[in-house]
Amino acid sequence: MIRIFSILAGLAFTLVLALSFIDEAVMTAKDGLPHTVEAQFHKHPKELSLSTSGAFGHFDRQQLQRGFAVYQNVCQGCHALKYVAFRDLKALGYSDAEVKAIAKNAQVPAYNAATGEVKTHPGLATDHFPPVVYGGKGNPPDLSLITKARHGGAAYVYSLLTGYEAVPANLPKDARPADGLYYNPYFANLNIAMPAPLTGEGQVTYSDGTKATVDQMAQDVAAFLEWTAEPKLDKRKQTGWPVLGFLLFATVLAYMAKRTVWADQH
Amino acid sequence: MSFPWAKEYKPSHPAMQWLDEKLPLPRFVYNAIGAGYPVPRNLNYFWNFGILAGFCLVIQIITGVILAMHYAANASVAFESTEHIMRDVNWGWLMRYMHANGASAFFVVVYTHIFRGFYFSSYKAPREMVWLLGVTIFLLMMATAFMGYVLPWGQMSFWGAKVITGLFGAIPLVGESLQIWLLGGFAPDNAALNRFFALHFLLPFVILGVVILHIWALHIPGSSNPTGVEVKEESDTLPFHPYYTAKDGFGLGLFLLFYFGVVFFLPNTLGHPDNYIPANPMQTPAHIVPEWYFWPFYAILRAFTFDFILPAKLWGVLAMFMAILVWFLLPWLDKSPVRSGNYRPLFRKFFYVLVLDVLVLGYCGGSPAAEPYLMVSQIAAIYYFLHFFVILPIVSSIERPDPLPSSITEAVLGHDEAAASKA
Repeated sequence: MIRIFSILAGLAFTLVLALSFIDEAVMTAKDGLPHTVEAQFHKHPKELSLSTSGAFGHFDRQQLQRGFAVYQNVCQGCHALKYVAFRDLKALGYSDAEVKAIAKNAQVPAYNAATGEVKTHPGLATDHFPPVVYGGKGNPPDLSLITKARHGGAAYVYSLLTGYEAVPANLPKDARPADGLYYNPYFANLNIAMPAPLTGEGQVTYSDGTKATVDQMAQDVAAFLEWTAEPKLDKRKQTGWPVLGFLLFATVLAYMAKRTVWADQH
Repeated sequence: MSFPWAKEYKPSHPAMQWLDEKLPLPRFVYNAIGAGYPVPRNLNYFWNFGILAGFCLVIQIITGVILAMHYAANASVAFESTEHIMRDVNWGWLMRYMHANGASAFFVVVYTHIFRGFYFSSYKAPREMVWLLGVTIFLLMMATAFMGYVLPWGQMSFWGAKVITGLFGAIPLVGESLQIWLLGGFAPDNAALNRFFALHFLLPFVILGVVILHIWALHIPGSSNPTGVEVKEESDTLPFHPYYTAKDGFGLGLFLLFYFGVVFFLPNTLGHPDNYIPANPMQTPAHIVPEWYFWPFYAILRAFTFDFILPAKLWGVLAMFMAILVWFLLPWLDKSPVRSGNYRPLFRKFFYVLVLDVLVLGYCGGSPAAEPYLMVSQIAAIYYFLHFFVILPIVSSIERPDPLPSSITEAVLGHDEAAASKA
């Protein structure tokens, strides 16, 4: 009895699925497979190899400091970094005094409950990077987590920064950038409100003497943003190897114990 | 219960004898996972996954309780508190990555455990209750995992919650009111987040309770085995300890290597980047996809696109729930007297098609809701329903199984004088 009900129920679902399939197939035959402009023109991030790549990769502090300089000089005007505290910068190799000096340059807003006023004060090492007030077109995202919040991670940031192109001649009219938008095939919908931020060599002066080419600056800031998104990356990998080593050792022992226990049963 | 030849717990130390008289807890453990539990001698490595699932539950509860000490279930700070755990809490990043990937590991293990159950028909008499409790655990796991994914309050958290609670809106007449009642509002917000957190904390302990029932029910008939032939004599079994504790120990080591490999070196691979963007009710993500372990069922939900008597959406919701609820009926749908797929040639062919079919459904469920994925998932969903509702009942009554070994001992050693002389 239960099997007759089951077969009937199964056939009912099958019927509706078959009708759905026929419906979809007819529509697809009429309209063809969906064809979006994004699918044709959108590009996957370029290859980017950073010092953090791979299971043994770790942060390059020199590069992080350079990337931080790019952030300060180029990105900071529009993009906040709210999950990062100034004290975190010590991981980049700055001393306590340097961190305090960097923090002091920032104006951090604080709400005073007694007066109801919001007043800014020079930043302390314990403060987070202050919010950025942006009045222009578009909606600049907070960059703290950007490399974890986009497919491709640091490679995406690098590709976006170096990927501005002239609008292709065969780009359909309604996909062309509107006023105040710029064509960038690495951006999800091809048209981004951010004008190319890295404009030319020497835009940032590096204190370690590295030549600040556009490509170099893009790599450095991508590396820096990988750090802001995952500051514990080094610790994670450093912990991972001993843990796996121990587990491998324990598993080999467990295997030999199993062999010994089962020896009389094979 | 146990077999007559099960070893009896005999404490030698006076303190243990004293304890055994007042509260026989050591005796309970001895009979459950010690030398007092005789287990078929021929279990393969698929039989490790029950213990592994229990281990995953323990990992999830421990890491989860620690995370709950630092997490704030409030829509205005939930995302921030997750980042606080990742950045400022000592080893918080490890706890969160272990918990998030622990959920995936739990599902990998449980899906393998269910695969074992399907192939070796572990659901058949006398173990129906073990199976029913197991499917219940799986349903509870899905609810728990869904609500846990909402807690970081990222974009996928928010929109996933919206889509899944929206399913209840498909129910005729009461759907909309039900959805508002479940969410505590018109859209997911603080009320929903708080109740999801409360339930996400509660349900694992409910799961733990059902797991205890699951093991209790298992220990009445004893474990099944790859031949599907029941235990007949002492030579068919080995004591759980040391034989299966040793085997499970090795399996656990392998599992932990894979698990911690992902936790330490690929912790975000199974997640979705959009969940690192704070929830924004004003901005819908381009593709709303659940976590990978829901993909096959998500594909079934979306496969229904045609209004036939009922609205397509309601068909989808019904089908998605029936796709799992039908598992409850398996002991009565599959009437073949032979358990193991090893001796069921026709069943085996259809079963392998099902495994492939579920993988295809999973792939479609993780892809955008557009062609050609929709049509592929419709064909795959047709096979899914035919397999459980139609093929399984029919195959089990028409197929001619291969000859079974006369006992487990014979299957292992190639000969069994005791069983042969009895026959």
